[in-house]
Amino acid sequence: MALATRTDPERPAQKGPRQRPEPPRKPARRPSLIGSVWRSTVGKKAVMAVTGLVMLAYLAAHMFGNLKIFFGPGEFNHYAHWLRVIGEPALHYEWFLWLVRVALVASVVLHGVAAYQLSRRDLAARPRKYARRRQGASYATRTMRWGGVILGLFVVWHILDLTTLTVNERAEPGHPYQNVVATFSTWYGNTIYIVAMLALGAHIRHGLWSAIQTLGAGRPHRDRALKIASTAVAVVLAGGFISVPIGVMTGVVS
Amino acid sequence: MRLTLRIWRQRGPEQPGAMTAYEIDGISPEMSFLEMLDTLNEELILRGEEPVAFDHDCREGICGACGMVINGQAHGPERTTTCQLHMRHFSDGDTIDVEPWRAAAFPVVKDLVVDRSAFDRIIGSGGFISAPTGSAPDAHATPVPKPVADTAFEHAECIGCGACVAACPNGSAMLFTSAKVVHLNVLPQGQPERESRVLDMVGAMDEEGFGGCTNTGECAVACPKGIPLQSISMMNREFLRASVKGGGRNRG
Ligand code: HEM
Ligand code: SF4
Ligand code: FES
Repeated sequence: MALATRTDPERPAQKGPRQRPEPPRKPARRPSLIGSVWRSTVGKKAVMAVTGLVMLAYLAAHMFGNLKIFFGPGEFNHYAHWLRVIGEPALHYEWFLWLVRVALVASVVLHGVAAYQLSRRDLAARPRKYARRRQGASYATRTMRWGGVILGLFVVWHILDLTTLTVNERAEPGHPYQNVVATFSTWYGNTIYIVAMLALGAHIRHGLWSAIQTLGAGRPHRDRALKIASTAVAVVLAGGFISVPIGVMTGVVS
Repeated sequence: MRLTLRIWRQRGPEQPGAMTAYEIDGISPEMSFLEMLDTLNEELILRGEEPVAFDHDCREGICGACGMVINGQAHGPERTTTCQLHMRHFSDGDTIDVEPWRAAAFPVVKDLVVDRSAFDRIIGSGGFISAPTGSAPDAHATPVPKPVADTAFEHAECIGCGACVAACPNGSAMLFTSAKVVHLNVLPQGQPERESRVLDMVGAMDEEGFGGCTNTGECAVACPKGIPLQSISMMNREFLRASVKGGGRNRG
């Protein structure tokens, strides 16, 4: 009886015996690729990894750009002006900058929403704590969550400080060099910035390695190399960013 | 050896539970942890008390039934199963905390016994190959390169004990599921269901209420069979590959 081996095309053939009654099946509608990726824990994490890497690429460019401050106000302000005219005459004044901003806002929002949803799910999956806990367990996960929140708050403060100049008391539009010096002439400017950059370094140290793992490139034989590379990227990035307030504080930049 | 045990006692799934202290004496360092619990249970029965319920079967480290968290570590201080853990790893006078696996997807049935049937449903959703039944095929009919056979075998070593879920701060079953997915997905016999397997098993895993992976690595430290953390990365790769290939379209 060849027919008896056929499976009902409406039902997934591979489903093994189930102890639970199957939930009523919705009319067959193929989930979209984006929908099914976003709904799964593995897919949502991949979204976090990709958006994290987008932000990381931006931060690398941003950090190298910031180092131009050590060559004096002329060069730094000229560089800041150039950022606004990239792509001219094909693009209008500041269009390139706005494209980058849109991509970054999309990345931050997707990254944050995915982090929030996954964290809620993770906490619900372990409703009861152990009476005795292994030392050091879940250290990375907790620092990623708190570090991420610190970074999110920092991004808001940073934009109010050096982009819109709302909280920067002695700032003048069009003079980025002088505005940076103004920020790092206050104790709270330095503190907020340096604490946030240390949080950034910690976030990237675990995050870059984690993203590689999430996107499927982690293998036992290259794990050590990947961990060292992630730490190196984190140290260079955080160190590069922190060199600017240190420069202002020590009077190298004034 | 003389020990103080603090054991999670819970009469049934809906009952409240509590850590309960017991003093026990005359334990030899050669006993396994389960034999130590047997000794305690004999005393409890003689005293007319309810013995401590715990799961066990093979007592030789291959069935994966004997899960319990000892002093905050799945299967205790050694990288092995509880039945293969010996009392010589503890000292006279120690206080030992014994708790069931803690995860939303593994509800406590009684004392140290949890319901791990969520694992069975993950397996049922894709942890198999379709092969013609009948007489056994020749062993060399389908050549398998040695490195592939080794990778498959390493992952086939998973005994479904659930230590990875118990150790994970997110109650995630990714290490278990990845062991099953990688085991079959690398083999030629596993190719026909390569895409649907990973999509269905990850889907079943999510449906059971396990958490996600944050690459903390607790699972791989706890795994008695040494399934590496990077197996999760291999499963992620299979998942993303299958999603891009539209593996869902070949399903059903
Ligand atoms: C809005 C603020 C942010 C929040 C709330 C946040 C939160 C998180 C959380 C909770 C994780 C998961 C950690 C884990 O799985 O253990 C994560 C991962 C990650 N984050 Fe962020 N983060 C933020 C900003 C950033 C920034 C500015 C970058 C840019 C460098 C970044 C890069 C990454 C990367 C690359 C990952 C790894 C993704 C993966 O695990 O696959 N994050 N973030
Ligand atoms: S992966 Fe390891 S810890 Fe998890 S169920 Fe399999 S054998 Fe047990
Ligand atoms: S009783 Fe079978 S593995 Fe411990």
